Amino acid sequence: MANKILAVLEQRDGVLKRSAFETVSAAFKIASELNLEAEAVVVGNEISNINDIGNYGISKVVHLKNADLANYSSSGYRDAIVNYATEVDADYIMLANTSLGKDLAPRLAVKIGAGCLMDCVKLDTTSGELTATRPVYAGKALVDVKFNSGKKVITIRPNVFKAQSTDDSSVDVTVKEVSSPNLKTRVVEFKKSEGKLDVAEADIIVSGGRGMKGAEHFNLIEELADSLGAAVGASRAVVDAGWRPHGEQVGQTGKTVSPSLYVACGISGAIQHLAGMSSSKYIVAINKDKDAPIFNIADYGIVGDVFEILPALTEEIKKVKQG
Amino acid sequence: MKIAVCVSHVPDTATKVKIGEDGKTIDPNGVTYVINPYDEIAVEEALKTKENFGGDSEVIILTLGSDKSKETIRKALAMGADKGVLLKDDNQRDSFGIAKALAEEIKTLGCELVFCGKQSVDYDNSITGQLVAEMLDYSCISVVVDLTIEDNKLTAEREIEGGKEIVESEMPAVVTTQKGLNEPRYASLKGIMSAKKKTIDEKPAADSENLTEVLKMHLPPPKQAGRILGTDSSAVPELVKLLREEAKVL
Repeated sequence: MANKILAVLEQRDGVLKRSAFETVSAAFKIASELNLEAEAVVVGNEISNINDIGNYGISKVVHLKNADLANYSSSGYRDAIVNYATEVDADYIMLANTSLGKDLAPRLAVKIGAGCLMDCVKLDTTSGELTATRPVYAGKALVDVKFNSGKKVITIRPNVFKAQSTDDSSVDVTVKEVSSPNLKTRVVEFKKSEGKLDVAEADIIVSGGRGMKGAEHFNLIEELADSLGAAVGASRAVVDAGWRPHGEQVGQTGKTVSPSLYVACGISGAIQHLAGMSSSKYIVAINKDKDAPIFNIADYGIVGDVFEILPALTEEIKKVKQG
Repeated sequence: MKIAVCVSHVPDTATKVKIGEDGKTIDPNGVTYVINPYDEIAVEEALKTKENFGGDSEVIILTLGSDKSKETIRKALAMGADKGVLLKDDNQRDSFGIAKALAEEIKTLGCELVFCGKQSVDYDNSITGQLVAEMLDYSCISVVVDLTIEDNKLTAEREIEGGKEIVESEMPAVVTTQKGLNEPRYASLKGIMSAKKKTIDEKPAADSENLTEVLKMHLPPPKQAGRILGTDSSAVPELVKLLREEAKVL
C-alpha cells in the first residue's frame, strides 16, 4: 500500500476555512507527484461544508467528531489526529500555517517523531523527495529545506497555494467518534474583534504610518479600507505610539502579509516593515517624502499629502464600485 | 517555584540580510545581535510571575548557542532574572535540536513553568515552545497576550485571526509570549551592575539529531520601483484605473 499524506483541515464554527481547501489541493498535488495516498482529516463537531472537499481532488475525508471538540483544544486535537495518523501509519501531515496550524503542527511532530517545516511557500518534488522553500528573517531571505526524518509535518502559508478544483467531486466522508477527548488545554471562549477583517487573512490591506500624524486621523485609513473591503494595517511606529492595536502591526515584529494589494499611507518603509509586506502582489505608496524607501518597492506611488489624497481616493473607489 | 525562560540571541531586526560564505546562513559581519524581542516579553512575564508568587521563586534564563550568547543572558539577568544557563553548541541546530536541549535542561532544573517568545525573529518557525512542551509532556498555550495563573490553573488570551481565544490549561506549562502581553522593563544601572555578579552555568547542550536541514539560503527577487503617478489628488483617477485595468486587483 502506498504511503499516506494527511491534510489536516481547519474549521471554525463548524465551517471549513478557505485555507482548508488550499491544504487539500497542495496535499493532493504532492500525493500525485510522490505517488502517495492522500486523505483529509478534520476535527470538530458538526461541519456544514465538509462535502465541498470533494471538489479539490481528495476522495476520502475522515471526520474526528465530538461535541467537546467543536472549539480548538490543543490537547484534544493533538491526540485525535495523532491516534488517527498512527492507525493509518501516515508519513506526511500537512496543515495551513494559521494560528491553529502553528500551534498544532509541532505538537503532532513530536508525538509521531517527525521533523517539522513551517510556513512553506513552495514545495518541490523534482528530486524525488520533498524539498520546501520558506521565508526567514520575516521574508528578507528564503531557505530551501529538506527533511532528515521518516515522518514529516509541513505547514503551508495561507494565500500562496491555490485551491484547485477538479472535475471529480465525489468524496467519501467517514465519521469517527472521538471518545472522552483530552481537554486539558482548551478554548473556552472566542472574543471576536469588532467585525474587522484581520490583516493576516485579508486580500487587500490599507496601512497607516507616522505620516498620519495621530490616532484621530486613522478614520481616513478606515474609510478607504471600508470602500475596498480591506483590512486596516499599521506600522510599528504607530503601534508603539499607541495609536493602533498591535494586532494590526505589519512587519518583522508584527505580521508578515502577502495580499493582492497593499496600500501604504504615510509609511516611509523601515526595513522591518518592508520585510513584512514586500511580497504583496501590488503595492501602492502615498507619502509626501519622495525619498521614502517605500517608493523603491511600490508599483504605483503618489508623492503627496495623505490628508488630501486619501479622501479623494476613497471617493473614486466608491464611484468605480458603484459604476 | 522555578521558572525557566528560553531566550535566543538574534540579529537585530534592522539587519540587512547578506548571505554568508556557506550559502546556508547569514553573513554575521557587521550584524548587531540582540535578545529576541519576543523573548524580552517572556523575561518580563517571568519576573512579574515571580513577583506575584513571592516566596522562593526563581527565574532561570536558558540559552543555546556559542559564548557570544552570554551577552543576551546578561541582558535578561540585568532585567532581574536570578541566574543563567548557557547550553553550549557552536553548530547549527534545527528547532528540534534546540528544543531537545532546552527540554533536557528544564527537566534537570525541575522548572514547572516555562516562558518562551512566540517566535524568534531569525528563523520565524514559531514552534520551539510547543516542541519543548510536548517533549516534557507539559501543557502549552502559544501566542499569549494576557495571562493569569492561580493555583495550578492557567487562563490566557491567545491572539488568533480575527480575535482572541480564551484558553484554560493546567500546570506544569509552557507559555509563548506575544507583543501586548506586557511592556518589558528597562534594566536599571543597579540591575546591570548586579547582573555581572550573577552566575551563568555553562554546559554542553544535550546531543540531538536535526530532523530538518537547510540546503541553501537565498534572497527574494528584487522588487522594481514602479511609477510615480503625481503629487496630489489629481493622480487618483489614474491610480484607480491602473489598479482596475493593469493590476486587476479591484
